[in-house]
Amino acid sequence: MTATLVPPDPTTGAAPARRTARRIPTTRLVKVELRKMFDTRSGFWMLVSIGILSPISAGSLLVLGLDGDVTYQNFVRASGFPMSVILPIIAILAVTNEWSQRSGLTTFTLVPNRGRVIGAKAVATLLVGLAAVSVAFAVGAVGNVAGSALAGVDTVWDVSWSMAPQIMLYNLIGMAFGFTLGVALRASAAAIVGYFVASLVVPGILELLALVREWFRDLQPWIDWNYTQVALLEGTTDTGEEWAMLASTTTIWIVFPLAVGLLFLRRSEVK
Amino acid sequence: MITVESLTRRYGGFTAVDNVSFTARPGRVTGFLGPNGAGKSTTMRVVVGLTAPTSGAATIDGVRFADLPNPGLEVGVLLDASAQHAGRTGREILTVACETMGLPRSRVDEMLELVSLTPTEAQRRVRDYSLGMRQRLGIATALLGDPRVLILDEPANGLDPAGIRWMRDLLTGFAGAGGTVLLSSHLLHEIEVIADDLVVIGNGRIVASGSKEELLASAGTLARSSSPRDLARALDQAGIPSTLARDGSVRTEADPGRVGAVALSAGIALVELRSSEGAGLEDMFLSLTADTQREGAAA
Repeated sequence: MTATLVPPDPTTGAAPARRTARRIPTTRLVKVELRKMFDTRSGFWMLVSIGILSPISAGSLLVLGLDGDVTYQNFVRASGFPMSVILPIIAILAVTNEWSQRSGLTTFTLVPNRGRVIGAKAVATLLVGLAAVSVAFAVGAVGNVAGSALAGVDTVWDVSWSMAPQIMLYNLIGMAFGFTLGVALRASAAAIVGYFVASLVVPGILELLALVREWFRDLQPWIDWNYTQVALLEGTTDTGEEWAMLASTTTIWIVFPLAVGLLFLRRSEVK
Repeated sequence: MITVESLTRRYGGFTAVDNVSFTARPGRVTGFLGPNGAGKSTTMRVVVGLTAPTSGAATIDGVRFADLPNPGLEVGVLLDASAQHAGRTGREILTVACETMGLPRSRVDEMLELVSLTPTEAQRRVRDYSLGMRQRLGIATALLGDPRVLILDEPANGLDPAGIRWMRDLLTGFAGAGGTVLLSSHLLHEIEVIADDLVVIGNGRIVASGSKEELLASAGTLARSSSPRDLARALDQAGIPSTLARDGSVRTEADPGRVGAVALSAGIALVELRSSEGAGLEDMFLSLTADTQREGAAA
């Protein structure tokens, strides 16, 4: 049996008048990505767990801590601790869900420019980070006032104006690293495991290396991501050299892998 | 109109799509057929920009999909109904798409009603959806932006008979209103009922394309008569080879008009005379794609 091969006829059917659709504004993309971070069950509970764990963590300082611990710095750190774990995971899932949950098939057909989608995700992640850490400062303040009243000690406000931005930056860099892993690996499980390996296992190895190999001791602050993070959390990144160290670890752990990951992501196939 | 021009996609040494060209015209339903792994889905993914072509191009009304300012308003796409975040509710998935396109929220309810998902179902998470419900949700997402072009990969999968009928009416109506539909399916009967044009692909190459009538015209004629042997003999005498099936039907590659004329001059009363379409598309499909079938000599 043979079937005729008929060449397609492009002349039939006048091209319908094009609608004057306008480019999707970036603000809208950011709004949508923010919504997508929390409209799933896992996203919702992640948000709730921040809201619940943060006060509990601050409260535990009241119950378990000594009178001398009742300072704003300690309260901010306590209320911020759950966030430093959960925020990077939120950042990871914001990216990887599109692949692991395959929703990217819809996302990237509605917005074919993947760079814009990832950019919107980055902005949304940043906004979540800013809001969450602000909440940590607020919860810490409430805890500090309540705590000092309960303990009958003077309320100590020992978070300086140079320290507060560093604590903020500490959390944002944590999120940026999670985001980077999400972009580079594009798989939820791998990225989350990668995050904990990089933040729990790698620092130990580098620490050990610095102990046994003298030449590495001076190099460590320039390479060890965790080292500069701790400095930020303590609010002790002050000198130009210390900021340069932070820039160095950020380049190694975030800027470079993110650039490579983005390059692959834009060409990768969405299935 | 969807135009695919000399599209090729290679994966390493494997050529999934090999120099494929076809058009899907407005006002018509174009059926996209081929065995598993023939390159249908890859072609469709290239058309909507999810996969980069190795060479060649695909355009929607002359514009690359990726260059459409707000693609959801122009092209409705359903490639895989299960590709949704399982933890989102059906309503939420539509709301997110609605927000992305910048449409009023009322469209969500309109679409839910159109695809017959009840408000309770819409509140459930997609992980709890049956395949048929996911297909309905996918159709709703595709139609949300009131597009002029639809690209659907196996949309009838998992639908119940009423759902298949509904889908058929929906697509026919869409094309009737001037829309372009590109539809892939394994359900040959479904395609045969609904498609105006056919594109058949095997091993990444187009093996046939054209209007359904043209392609099936060569599929021949089926005739029945109270005396099939006489009919077969009369056809034979007229120089038309025919086969007499066990069920008493006579099949031939000649067109129905000639068979009717032969029967009339031989004085044989026919009880049925038609293009043998029923088996036609399947036969055509199997013979065209015989080299590429996994089952070998299936035809």
